[in-house]
Amino acid sequence: MNDTQGHECHGDEAHRRTFFAKITYALSAVIGAMMVIPGVGFVLAPVFRSPPRVWRKVGPVDNFKTGATVLVNYEDPSPVAWAGVTAKTGAWLRRVDDTEFIAFSINCRHLGCPVRWIEDARLFMCPCHGGVYYADGTVAGGPPPKPLDRLEVRVRDGHVEIETGPVPLTETKV
Amino acid sequence: MNRLLDVWKWIDDRSGYSDYVLPLMKHIVPRDARWWYVFGSATLASFIVQVLTGICLAMAYVPGGDQAYESLKFITDQAFMGSVLRGMHYYGASAMVTLAVVHMVQVFLHASYKFPRELNWMSGVVVLFVVLGMAFTGQLLRWDANGVWSVTVAAEMAGRTPIIGPALSHFIMGGETVGGSTLSRFFAIHVFVLPGLIFAGVGLHLMLLFRHGVSEMPNRDEPVDPATYREEYEARLKKTGVPFWPDAAWRDAVFSTVVVGVILLCAVFLGPPSLDHPPDPSSIQANPMPDWYFWWYFAVLSMLPPGLETWVILGAPVLGFLVLFCVPLISNRGHRAPSARPWAVGIVIAGAAAFVALTIFGYREPWSPDFGVPPLPESVVGVDSGTVAEGAKLAHSKGCLYCHHIDGYGGHRGPELSYIGDELTADDIIIRINNGGYNMPAFAGNVTTAELSAIVAFLQTRKSKDVVTDTSG
Repeated sequence: MNDTQGHECHGDEAHRRTFFAKITYALSAVIGAMMVIPGVGFVLAPVFRSPPRVWRKVGPVDNFKTGATVLVNYEDPSPVAWAGVTAKTGAWLRRVDDTEFIAFSINCRHLGCPVRWIEDARLFMCPCHGGVYYADGTVAGGPPPKPLDRLEVRVRDGHVEIETGPVPLTETKV
Repeated sequence: MNRLLDVWKWIDDRSGYSDYVLPLMKHIVPRDARWWYVFGSATLASFIVQVLTGICLAMAYVPGGDQAYESLKFITDQAFMGSVLRGMHYYGASAMVTLAVVHMVQVFLHASYKFPRELNWMSGVVVLFVVLGMAFTGQLLRWDANGVWSVTVAAEMAGRTPIIGPALSHFIMGGETVGGSTLSRFFAIHVFVLPGLIFAGVGLHLMLLFRHGVSEMPNRDEPVDPATYREEYEARLKKTGVPFWPDAAWRDAVFSTVVVGVILLCAVFLGPPSLDHPPDPSSIQANPMPDWYFWWYFAVLSMLPPGLETWVILGAPVLGFLVLFCVPLISNRGHRAPSARPWAVGIVIAGAAAFVALTIFGYREPWSPDFGVPPLPESVVGVDSGTVAEGAKLAHSKGCLYCHHIDGYGGHRGPELSYIGDELTADDIIIRINNGGYNMPAFAGNVTTAELSAIVAFLQTRKSKDVVTDTSG
C-alpha cells in the first residue's frame, strides 16, 4: 500500500499529518469561537446590564385616601417596544398622611408570587404557599424569609411617583 | 414497471438504503421482547407529535409580550383546527413525559441498564430531563397570568443559588424584571435549543440501541457477567432472535397508534387548556400553578422547613439527575430479574406511591389560602342576627376562613375550627387570636375588642352538638 494513501506512515509524512491534525483542531476552535462569542455576549447581556432606576408617576396625590392601601401599576425601567402589557409592574401603595406614602413590591419574598392586600384583616397574603405579612410588610406567618420589599416613593408636582426596581430576590449568602 | 424498478435501483444505489437503513430496520432482536418494549418507540411517536404540532402552532404564535396572548386566543378560538392542534401539543407533552418515565421505569425494573448498556440509560436520563425542560418552558409559552408568574417563581428559585443566583435569575428573565424579553427567550429555548438537544439525544440513544442490541427479557438464571455477556447474548440471539422489521415493529406501531389516537381524541373532546387572565405582571389575580406533572414538586416545596427550603429547591433536581444518571455505575452486573432485585421493585412502588400522594396533595393545595370562600350561610352559623352572626361575618371578612375550615367552608392551611368550641375555652381563643403563632398572624392590632368578642362568641358555638343558641343579641 502506498504510504501517502494508507493509514501507516513514517518520518516526515507522520509529522506532516500531525501538523495537519493540529492545525485543523486549532482552526475548528477559531471557527467555533467566531461563531459563539457574539451569541454568548448577546444572550448574557441582561445578566450584566442593569437598567437605570427611573421614577414613574402612579397618580395625582388627591387620588389616594389617607390610610388606604391600593394597588398601582407602572412601567418597567426599560420596557422594550414589543413588551405590551408585560411592561407593567405593580406595587401596593399606602398614603400614611398628607405628605407621606409608603409602597411595597407585590412580590412575595418566598417565591415571588403576587401578594394580595386584605383590607379588613390588614394583612398581605400570598396565594401560592400562604405567606402572610402585617400591614408594615413584616412577616406574620408562612414561609417568607424576609419582609416585603419597600419601594422608594416621592411626591412631585402633585403626583405620587415610585422608583422602579428589579424583582426582589431572596439571595443565599455563603 | 421495469422503468420504475430501475428508478428505485438508482435511488437505492446512490442513497445506500439497502446497505445502511435496511440492516438497521431488520436488526435481530430477542423474540421475547413483546409488549414490554413498546414504551420507547411510543415516546418517540409523542415527540414527533410535538414537533409537527409545534411547527404548525409556531406559524401563528407570536412570541412577543404584547401579542402572544392574543395569538393564542386566535389559535384557540378562530384558526381552523387551531384548538385541536393546541390540544394535541398539550396532551402530547403529557404523553411524552408520562411515556418517558414509564419507559425508564420498565428499563430500571428489567435492569436493562446493566452491561453493556450503561450509556443507553445515561443518554436516556439526559433526554428525560431535557423533556421535562421542554414541558416547563412550554407551559410558560402559554403566556397568560399563570405563565408570567411561573417565570417569576422560576427566577426566584434560581435567584437562591449561592453567588451566581441573581445572574441566573436575570438570565432567565432576560433582565431584572419579567417583560418583553422574557417570552422571546423562553420561545427560543423551547423551539430551538431543547428540541435540538432531544434530536441529538434520541439519535445517540438509537445508535447505542443498534450497537448493543435490544436487551432480552430478564431471566433469573442468566445474571449479567461482563466477561461473557456479549458472546452469550449473540449466541442466544442467533438461536431465537427475530428481525425487528416486521416481527417486532408491528407491536410498536400498534401501541404508538393507540397513543397518538388518545392524544387526538383528548384534543378533540377535552380541548386545550383554557387561558388564564392576560399576562399582566401588575395584576394580582393569579395563583401560579405548574402543569400536572410538576404538582408533586410543588407539594414538596410547600412542606419544607424554612432551613431546608433553599437547599432542596436547588439541590433536589441536581441530586435527582445525578442519582438517576449514575445508576449503571452503582451496579452494572448481576441479576436483572425483578424477582431477584426486591429493592428495585420497592423503589419503584415507593416512588410511584409518593408521586401519586404528592400529586393529589399538590392538586388540592391545602397550604394556599382560599380567597374565594363565601361567607358562612345561616345553615352553618345557626342564627342570622346577634353577636354570633356578627362573629361569623367577621370570621369571613377578617380572613379567618381563608385558612381555617368550618363545616365545609374555608381553607385548609390552619387547623379546622368546626369543633373549636369543644377544644378551647374563650380565653384560649382570645390568646390565639391576639398572639397568633404556628404560622398564624397575631391579630391584636387588627381587631377591636368588640370584634374580638363577637368572633370568640361565634367560635364557642362551634361544637360537635348541633344545638346553637344565641342569647346575647
